[in-house]
Amino acid sequence: MTAGPLIEIEGLRVSFHGDDGRITHAVDSVDLSVANGATLGLVGESGCGKSVTSLAIMGLLPKQSAAVSGAIRFDGFDLLDVPDATLRDLRGNRLAMIFQEPMTSLNPSFTIGDQITETILRHRGGSRRAARERTIELLRRVHIPSPEKRIDEFPHKLSGGMRQRVMIAMALACDPQLLIADEPTTALDVTLQAQILDLMRELKAASGAAIILITHDLGVVAEVCDEVAVMYAGEIVERAPVDELFANPQHPYTVGLLGSIPRLDRRTSHLATIEGMVPNMANPPAGCRFAARCPFVEAACTRSSPPLAMLSPTHASRCIRAPLERLVS
Amino acid sequence: MTDTAFPTSASLAAAETLESPARRAWRRLIRRKGAVLGLAVIALFILLAVFAPLIVPYDPIATSWSLVRKAPSAQHWFGTDELGRDVLARVVYGARASLLAGVISVGIALAIGVPLGLVAGYRGGFIDALISRITDAMLACPFLILAIALAAFLGPSLGNAMIAIGVSATPIFIRLTRGQVMSVKVEDYVEAARAMGNPRWRIALVHILPNILPALLVQATLSIAAAIIAEAALSFLGLGQQPPAPSWGSMLNAAQRFLTSAPWMAIWPGLAIFLVVLSFNLVGDGLRDALDPKAR
Repeated sequence: MTAGPLIEIEGLRVSFHGDDGRITHAVDSVDLSVANGATLGLVGESGCGKSVTSLAIMGLLPKQSAAVSGAIRFDGFDLLDVPDATLRDLRGNRLAMIFQEPMTSLNPSFTIGDQITETILRHRGGSRRAARERTIELLRRVHIPSPEKRIDEFPHKLSGGMRQRVMIAMALACDPQLLIADEPTTALDVTLQAQILDLMRELKAASGAAIILITHDLGVVAEVCDEVAVMYAGEIVERAPVDELFANPQHPYTVGLLGSIPRLDRRTSHLATIEGMVPNMANPPAGCRFAARCPFVEAACTRSSPPLAMLSPTHASRCIRAPLERLVS
Repeated sequence: MTDTAFPTSASLAAAETLESPARRAWRRLIRRKGAVLGLAVIALFILLAVFAPLIVPYDPIATSWSLVRKAPSAQHWFGTDELGRDVLARVVYGARASLLAGVISVGIALAIGVPLGLVAGYRGGFIDALISRITDAMLACPFLILAIALAAFLGPSLGNAMIAIGVSATPIFIRLTRGQVMSVKVEDYVEAARAMGNPRWRIALVHILPNILPALLVQATLSIAAAIIAEAALSFLGLGQQPPAPSWGSMLNAAQRFLTSAPWMAIWPGLAIFLVVLSFNLVGDGLRDALDPKAR
């Protein structure tokens, strides 16, 4: 294995062409990289383009309506440029994804065992018997009780938390190098969230897979991730190691996000909010996309789109006024 | 351990959790009286059709000048027709033509309609528009008129009647399959199947098709009833089963001239058509209720 990142995304752009001729820029020049065994958190509010980014990596965007450009380099392949057959061989095998909705992501017509063994047989071949044994082993690894019985159950018999465990087992079926988890805990209640996060941490330690964790929950990020990328309106606005980002946020949007988390150790009468609305991505503003909501805005902000500038070797921010410390004192 | 006949809660739970959707649908189907009655009648007619020579002692096409239009009697339970043939024998042998026509023509409709509907619904775009417009054009013609026109074009025979009925019933299956595929293909589990690296054909056949089978099964059952009526109508018009081979439709045709003098010639084949069609409809309705995902 070569040194350097496992996956490197450069200048990824995705735009959707609607039936009415409107073009929506869902993702604009996203640059990301994840090293082997690292966990990257991709954070942002609904509609900021995080899920679209993950679908672009998996090659799951509809070809008719989505225009994708840029480069996604994964272990020697450019995922945007490889033939469909190659991509299908990578998906489920070296690239795997966990979806947000465990309740609807399992096929109701098959037992959970069928669905996992199918993936194993598709990518690894071998006998049905061996695949079944591996499936039982996988179900045990995600802590499903009595897996040799559960393997023959249909999805409607399982609770949401159990189904998400099955989805994780399915994603891990072929020991992927990169696991994309698209809000894996959003549809679950809080106690289950903690269990699923524990499970993911445990599996990551065991398997050494790199993880891209997509979430809008900064608490989840703080618990599991090594590095964080914050997305706003289709762009990455800040990228830093997790401790650094929480201690020293350098983009006003990140500051706003951190300020809007309820905390038990401080007395406040109300939570901080970020004023205003996300810009319409059919017609994004010319300058900084956060300018209309930014407390530190100045004239230069609205003139041209700011670049993602490195403030330190590991910390990048798309704010021309960074570092922000001097603004608040 | 006590030796009671009561199932323990553990064994009940095990039976419950391991039940496949098909088995549960069957359990729910046989709870319905109408559906069970329909199944029983259909089973009876299938047995009659298969074992016809063992059941009736008379040849259905053997004529007898001494037995023309005799009323039902101990020898001929259902009476005899205008050529002295035993009506019971002809009704029993006629079940072969009717059931075969019903099943084979719906088989043809499924064989053509489901693949076309799958392609149209899954691929979308131009191919969908093309298939859908042709379907719309065919649906603009009433089912029976289309079947009569096709049968007349192909020439009168039972085989051609089946083809004509099958082709006429195809657009319903194209449209149903297309609609079902379009609603299933956006489900998360189809997306998940794509994320697992499945090729397109496999997603369509293995991940989508099983989830639309219930709707197809219900429609197929109801279509068999319609196809049996269509076969009777074509045979009545002389476009289906050719004389002297027995068919319920052609028996009705022969009977219409003697409705007042020999009503039994019309009553028995008419009753057979009524019973079989009613039964298929009862089973179809029962299946629809049993397979309804909302009634879990």
